[in-house]
Amino acid sequence: MRSTDRVLAPRRQLLRGSAGVLTIAGVTALLGSQGAALAQKRNANAGQDVGLLNAAIALEHEGIAAYTIAAGSGLLQPAVVKIGVTFRGHHQRHRDELIRAVTALGGKPAAAHSDAEYAKALNAATLKNQTDVLRLALRLERGAANAYLGLIPSLSTAHQHQLAARMAGDEAFHAAILGNALGEPIPADGLMFGA
Amino acid sequence: MEDPVWRGMAVALMAAAILALAIPAAAQSPVQISRAPAGGDAARGEQLYQSRCGACHSLDANRVGPRHRGVFGRRVASVSDFRYSPALRKRSFIWDADMLDRWLANPIALVPGTTMGFRVPAPQDRADIIAWLRSQSAP
Repeated sequence: MRSTDRVLAPRRQLLRGSAGVLTIAGVTALLGSQGAALAQKRNANAGQDVGLLNAAIALEHEGIAAYTIAAGSGLLQPAVVKIGVTFRGHHQRHRDELIRAVTALGGKPAAAHSDAEYAKALNAATLKNQTDVLRLALRLERGAANAYLGLIPSLSTAHQHQLAARMAGDEAFHAAILGNALGEPIPADGLMFGA
Repeated sequence: MEDPVWRGMAVALMAAAILALAIPAAAQSPVQISRAPAGGDAARGEQLYQSRCGACHSLDANRVGPRHRGVFGRRVASVSDFRYSPALRKRSFIWDADMLDRWLANPIALVPGTTMGFRVPAPQDRADIIAWLRSQSAP
């Protein structure tokens, strides 16, 4: 007999009022064991989710640093700096929401590196003008939109799915603005992100 | 003449609307994984690598994830100056085409406890990305 059969058969008998009466204590024990199993599964997923969400926090740390480095580079026009600082604020909001989610799961949020470390990893020294900076920002934002979309199936809860989707929407917004600033044509086909 | 600001806003709004419609179904549907076809288009793989993997990875720098140049044929979790998850550090396989395909299809299924959750569901996309990674790893 399969385990699900072992659980369900006594319940059916009880509902039918058959001779095989299950005591209240027995029902409680059955439900209790199922509840414990579910709680254990939730805990196991929580550990996995903390790791995935911390990777997203690391992504946001890098995005925040990238806009900080760009704003201080001296390569951008004032109006572009203003937009970049606004986008950085969006990423700070993402970071804060992700930190809240990790903390709620009992995890420790990933810490940021120094801006100098991010500048090295992003090869910021090679950026020579505003167009270079915008191209880097577009690459990161487009990648971030795809990253969040590709992450969704691996997250456990509807709340996390929605959080990642909302962040993907913000990244897609950033990418659209940056693509427009660089004169990129509007994509001919739909479903521009994910897959 | 078309206003570039409005054009940008229209693109952004369309993208957000598509995401809002597409994501719940993707999140709830069971994933049917097919193996990537043998061989792949490395040139297309480079474009996919930039757009899908580029948020977290680079060929020559450790970022959210480890650097990728030389990954094909390399032992798992072996970039010495990258801090891997404990789950990956416990493993000892080699990144060949089969393992990369399984990883990209569903990293958590291959290595439960990994911090990479990003999936590439289309087999041809995986094959192309793997072809690109292989081209950047050949001696």
